[in-house]
Amino acid sequence: MNIIVIGLNHKTATVEIREKVAFDGPKLGEAVSQLKETPDVKENIVLSTCNRVEIYAGVGNNDNGAENIKSFLAEFHEVPRGPLDEALYIYKGHDAVKHIFRVASSLDSMVVGEPQILGQLKDSFDFALKSKSTGIYLNKLMKKAVSVAKRIRTETKIAESAVSISFAAVELAKKIFEDLSSKSFMLIGAGEMAELAAKHLINTGVQDVYVTNRTHERAEELAREFEGKVVPFEGYVDELQYIDIVICSTGAPDYILMKDQLHSVMKARKQKPMFIIDISVPRNIDPEINEMDNVYLYDVDDLQGVVDTNVEERSKEAAKAERIVEQEVHSFLKWQDSLAATPTIVALREKAETIRKEELEKVLRKLGPLEEEKIKAIEHLSNSIMNKLIHHPTAALKSEQDDRDVMIDIANRLFKLENEENNGDKK
Amino acid sequence: MQIETNVLLFELALTFYFLSTISGIIEIFRGKKAASKISIYLAAMGFLFHTGNIIVRYAQGGHIPVTNMHEATSFFSWCILLLFFFHEFRYRLGMLSSFIMPIVFLFMFSSSIFPREIKVLSPVLQSYWFGIHVILAFLGDAAFAMACGIGIMYLLQERFVKSKHLGGLFQKLPSLQVLDEINYHLITLGFPLLTLAMITGVIWANSAWGSYWRWDPKEVWSLITWLIYALVLHLRLTVGWRGKKAAILSIVGFIIVIFAFLGVSLILKGQHTFM
Repeated sequence: MNIIVIGLNHKTATVEIREKVAFDGPKLGEAVSQLKETPDVKENIVLSTCNRVEIYAGVGNNDNGAENIKSFLAEFHEVPRGPLDEALYIYKGHDAVKHIFRVASSLDSMVVGEPQILGQLKDSFDFALKSKSTGIYLNKLMKKAVSVAKRIRTETKIAESAVSISFAAVELAKKIFEDLSSKSFMLIGAGEMAELAAKHLINTGVQDVYVTNRTHERAEELAREFEGKVVPFEGYVDELQYIDIVICSTGAPDYILMKDQLHSVMKARKQKPMFIIDISVPRNIDPEINEMDNVYLYDVDDLQGVVDTNVEERSKEAAKAERIVEQEVHSFLKWQDSLAATPTIVALREKAETIRKEELEKVLRKLGPLEEEKIKAIEHLSNSIMNKLIHHPTAALKSEQDDRDVMIDIANRLFKLENEENNGDKK
Repeated sequence: MQIETNVLLFELALTFYFLSTISGIIEIFRGKKAASKISIYLAAMGFLFHTGNIIVRYAQGGHIPVTNMHEATSFFSWCILLLFFFHEFRYRLGMLSSFIMPIVFLFMFSSSIFPREIKVLSPVLQSYWFGIHVILAFLGDAAFAMACGIGIMYLLQERFVKSKHLGGLFQKLPSLQVLDEINYHLITLGFPLLTLAMITGVIWANSAWGSYWRWDPKEVWSLITWLIYALVLHLRLTVGWRGKKAAILSIVGFIIVIFAFLGVSLILKGQHTFM
């Protein structure tokens, strides 16, 4: 049995191709059952996300298996082979295992360290289990992939810090306020990034939401969206004393909040801390405000700086993660190898046992009726000869040495063993 | 030479506190997550031996062992640790041991320098007020010690957020709000303890020496400490001196506590000087 990966992702295929070959909804079930019927494909798992479509398969023969899966993909999605083949990558053996581990640990993702992919992989595996499309190899491989991903998450900081501006803002808010659910939040103005950050804040638990905007209708609209209250734009400064977190993003060409204004706000709120995020370009909030006690002002560049450091940190951590992957691939392949020897050992034992029984019967027939004790003695003799003869070959097959493949081959030839696995066309 | 049990226990405690402090400091400068856990385990081991040492000395002397500098500084670090473990289990603050253990070790180390003999309690001190008075005073000061450690953590974290330099230490330190709240809690714990310690001290002084207040240096400095923390609480509640200002004040306050505690006994003499 060999493990192969055939697939495409955001690096090798445009979104048009990815859309075409995606297995969404009922297509997934069809694909898994069709693959089960595909010749040379003994086990299969289909992973389909918006960034990647991949088929993990246990095949008897690498090339035949890969070819059959490719034509399956082309036929199933009715796409021409040419452009499809160009986008597809194929990994075999060591590389296949490594690829699957990297995908699970989010090392192959568009945003390295993003957590969704592991869940998606688990779902695909669960689906395959339900459809009974996997066997001992892929089951073990998937379990291992999940544990590798978890190990990487605990041993490295690959997924620790925010890598988008809006998440960075939420993360900072948590480091200032700890529990956001008791905090109040005001959105001044609007804009894609500001709304996204507002959404993240609300998802994290902020309940007391205020919205203000130069156009009243827009304010009403946003208030509905965020389940907040509208504050008139002319008087928003008077409300600030009740607000802990501010996100500001207006089109104003100049500062709309000055240091001395905020000074009286802080006095009114007895210096309770405030976190102000100014996403506007040009900036809307006097940068000198950051010098005030208990006020923390971040503008877009500051947040981008935080994100950049985090991305850098992640790529450093990714190198650590790659080392872990390499270790784990090694240990998985070792297990797979040891599995390869098992049928040979079983066959060897069976063969010896058959010979022993046949010869025993022959000799007992020749000797005629015998006392129970003597029969037992002869049986014992045959057993111990057999065990001693096959002991060393078995041990050699079990030992974890690099030349085990050769050993298996020799054992098959020396003892003229017949077993399914090794008579198959091993690479 | 036979080593006395209490000395052996003390040395063991001191060693474990030292190791705990080292691993706590390692955590500040290196990103090792495990160092903090190790630091707490080492501190717990030290605390067990330390408790043993105090029990042995209590049994031998027949009173709470705070009658010389060795015993007083040792018992003080024991009180800080008691509060430390309480906070560690209650709040699970990241990095707490990295900032508290150095303070604990500092007092334990100074304790190891002073002579260690167990003295017979002078007749003046033989009163049940003695136990109540010192326990209140030591726990109060221990709360201020914790507040100082937390204040240092606050100042560091505040610097990180203000300067927009968000490194590994920023990730590991607790949030500003939590640090500020615990700092405040500790002062609201320490202040009434100190107040009660002073009241019991005054009552006891009257029964022992026949006067409530004798302007003894220790009394004066305790009063200064009391006024400082009263000011900290007052400013916080009226004009909102929280966060950075509160953190700085709690560090300044504790420096005065240290002086009132050690400096007065060593430099200025009075009936609190134990000898």
